[in-house]
Amino acid sequence: MAKRDRLSGNEAVAIALRQINPDVFPAFPITPSTEIPQYFASFVANGQVDTEFIPVESEHSSMSAAIGASAAGARSLTATSSCGLAYMWEELYIAASNRLPLALALVNRALSGPININCDHSDSMGARDSGWIQMYAENNQEAYDNMVQAYRISEHRDVRLPIMICQDGFITSHAVENIELLEDEEVKKFVGEYNPENYLLNPECPMAVGPYSITDYYMEAKRNQAEGMRHVSQVVLDVAKEFESLSGRAYGLFEEYRMEDAERAVVMIGSAAGTTKDAVDRLREQGEKVGLIKIRLYRPFPAAELAEALKNVKAVAIMDRSEGYTNHGGPLGADVMSALYRAHADALAVNYIYGLGGRDVRVQDMEHVFEALKQMIKEGDAGETYRYLGLRE
Amino acid sequence: MAMDISKLGVKAGWKELTEGMVIAGAGTSKEFHTGEWSTDKPEFVEEKCKQCLLCVPVCPDSCIPVSDMKRGAFDYDHCKGCGICVKACPFGAITMEGVK
Amino acid sequence: MSYNFKETMNKPERLAPGHRMCAGCGGTIAVRNVLRGLHEGDKAVIGNATGCLEVSTFTYPYTAWEDSYIHNAFENAGATLSGVEGAYRALKKKGKLDATYKFITFGGDGGTYDIGFQSLSGAMERNHDLVYVCYDNGAYMNTGIQRSSATPMYADTTTTPVGSVSNGKPQNRKDLAAIIAAHDIPYVAQTTFVQNFKDLHMKSEKAIYTPGAAFLNIMAPCPRGWRYNTPDIMDICRLGVETCYWPLFEVVEGKWVLNYEPKKKLPVEDFLRPQGRFKHLFKKGNEYLLEAFQKEVDRRWEDLKFRCSR
Repeated sequence: MAKRDRLSGNEAVAIALRQINPDVFPAFPITPSTEIPQYFASFVANGQVDTEFIPVESEHSSMSAAIGASAAGARSLTATSSCGLAYMWEELYIAASNRLPLALALVNRALSGPININCDHSDSMGARDSGWIQMYAENNQEAYDNMVQAYRISEHRDVRLPIMICQDGFITSHAVENIELLEDEEVKKFVGEYNPENYLLNPECPMAVGPYSITDYYMEAKRNQAEGMRHVSQVVLDVAKEFESLSGRAYGLFEEYRMEDAERAVVMIGSAAGTTKDAVDRLREQGEKVGLIKIRLYRPFPAAELAEALKNVKAVAIMDRSEGYTNHGGPLGADVMSALYRAHADALAVNYIYGLGGRDVRVQDMEHVFEALKQMIKEGDAGETYRYLGLRE
Repeated sequence: MAMDISKLGVKAGWKELTEGMVIAGAGTSKEFHTGEWSTDKPEFVEEKCKQCLLCVPVCPDSCIPVSDMKRGAFDYDHCKGCGICVKACPFGAITMEGVK
Repeated sequence: MSYNFKETMNKPERLAPGHRMCAGCGGTIAVRNVLRGLHEGDKAVIGNATGCLEVSTFTYPYTAWEDSYIHNAFENAGATLSGVEGAYRALKKKGKLDATYKFITFGGDGGTYDIGFQSLSGAMERNHDLVYVCYDNGAYMNTGIQRSSATPMYADTTTTPVGSVSNGKPQNRKDLAAIIAAHDIPYVAQTTFVQNFKDLHMKSEKAIYTPGAAFLNIMAPCPRGWRYNTPDIMDICRLGVETCYWPLFEVVEGKWVLNYEPKKKLPVEDFLRPQGRFKHLFKKGNEYLLEAFQKEVDRRWEDLKFRCSR
């Protein structure tokens, strides 16, 4: 039985975590993710969870302790944003290379400098090659649903990799929306018990973690690690199917919105997809063949599936909420364009940088993007493929 | 279950490596013979030994086994010949070339 | 707790041979003797900061540890073991684990005094039930003998080399044991290798079995970095103690206790002379450097005696 409530994204994720009742939660506050450990600390204080909550002295330590706890055989996680994620940088790679299934509730925020507390994706995009699974949400409901599914994916025996559950800072983390929650018992049953194979606190057999690896092993170790990532997409789909039968809410690797006969499409990540859906609806009312693809699973990147979904599109705009400083676009742009290239697609493609540091994205802005795509098709040329949206000249 | 490290030599293919490069088990370093590092080794002169065991804690390489409160023969498979035990023995029961 | 030397030596070895530390390394002498503080039957998880000890004792697929072991990174041994200890409490609370585990982490002075200082301080302040052991050899030995904040004044290191206008490291050594004692944790001790290892053993056992956070600072000479005759390690340690350069003390629930006072305090040059890193101090005209070194040793010794007299 689902319960309806009005919750912020942070509160929704915190409730999912209460329902999961993880073993160890080390955390250090940083805006805008601070509320997640705060809400959770109140669950601990009121005996609603059995979790060991460890209020550490930095984000580097929160991820380090989460790694220690996970290796020890406990279900663990932490939460952070922005510079906190950057400070964990080396630890992200270590969690992944140790094949530790732990979770990170990330509330996306711009990286310094200049210091800014608002949303963009520069933090998680910086971590895109760290070996973590990355999953993004458009709204509070998705943030909650993704968190409930996180451990099923991360702990799957074919995967065993850490997972980052991302939502947009303030836009979803602090905005209150209507949301449907699952019953506590349903979540508990869905997530299940964590039973690792080898772990530090196994009285039957000790274990050593974190070796020095000479050149003879290092490259094979990296390929071995990549194998876990190759299984992620299928596991994500399987878990989503099971989740749908429980909740009635369907998820895939990405969402296709009004894409059936679309000639122009936008590909993007996160909350601005909601705004773009409004733009798509308005333009569809005027008979324009436009659609949206919203990436849910960004790592691993669903390249082949995405190229298939875009195969009949004449022009596509890829929206990056972070700079890449490549002089030719952002990270999502690079991923989508290489997917199109490999599929021998002939769609015209442009890459927009938008919404940095919390810059507003309005419906008119996205209508402007679809208009630009129309112009490209007319001219048969993409023109400048590295563009900014919503920038004052 | 302790892993069999004999399959994890430097020629092992990527599928053979352990997930996360963890080793389930303990003390697998015994398979690695650091005794080959040096030719100089301490000699145990058993008749001079009073079994005081003062040589035991000073060994950096756990090469002086003890059982039933008595030390046994040096583990030459692993002894690196540092000579610390020679100096630790009050009875001259350990000798080594060049160490007084 | 009492000390029966032979029984202690008769305990099963918890650090296996075949690790790749240098011949004569003080680090593994420290580790072996600390681990003997564990009671038989008790299990342990050992943590380790990156450093000589880590790269040499768990070189894939060879682990020298007879207990569970985790190396994470250089600067986070305190936080990593905090997480392991948190997992232990959580699994106990949920009824998923019966066995008794103890938690001990090792770091060199680089991973402890310097880059891992914040993580150590956090773990101590939160009072996790674990022991942090620093094997202090007074420089970053793994990367090739660079100075650390544990390096004594005037030592010749590769980043404070002695030169025509340099007398080695210009600064004093940081007093880390006192800093950790200022965290008001249940147990802090400083020790090294002397006689039959009673001091080190008793302190290790106390640290392991005192509930809450404990810190051990162990002077563990490095023959390569200190440039002394490798077999002489026990003499070097004895001279460190007899000159009061490395006093043996403990801080139990905030109470400072001096464990050993030499009958006749030896001049610090007796400790410095056998070490190549201090060779320049014995050149003609450098007597004033030795005087300054002695003055600092005396000041710290008097200060320690005062703390212990209260």
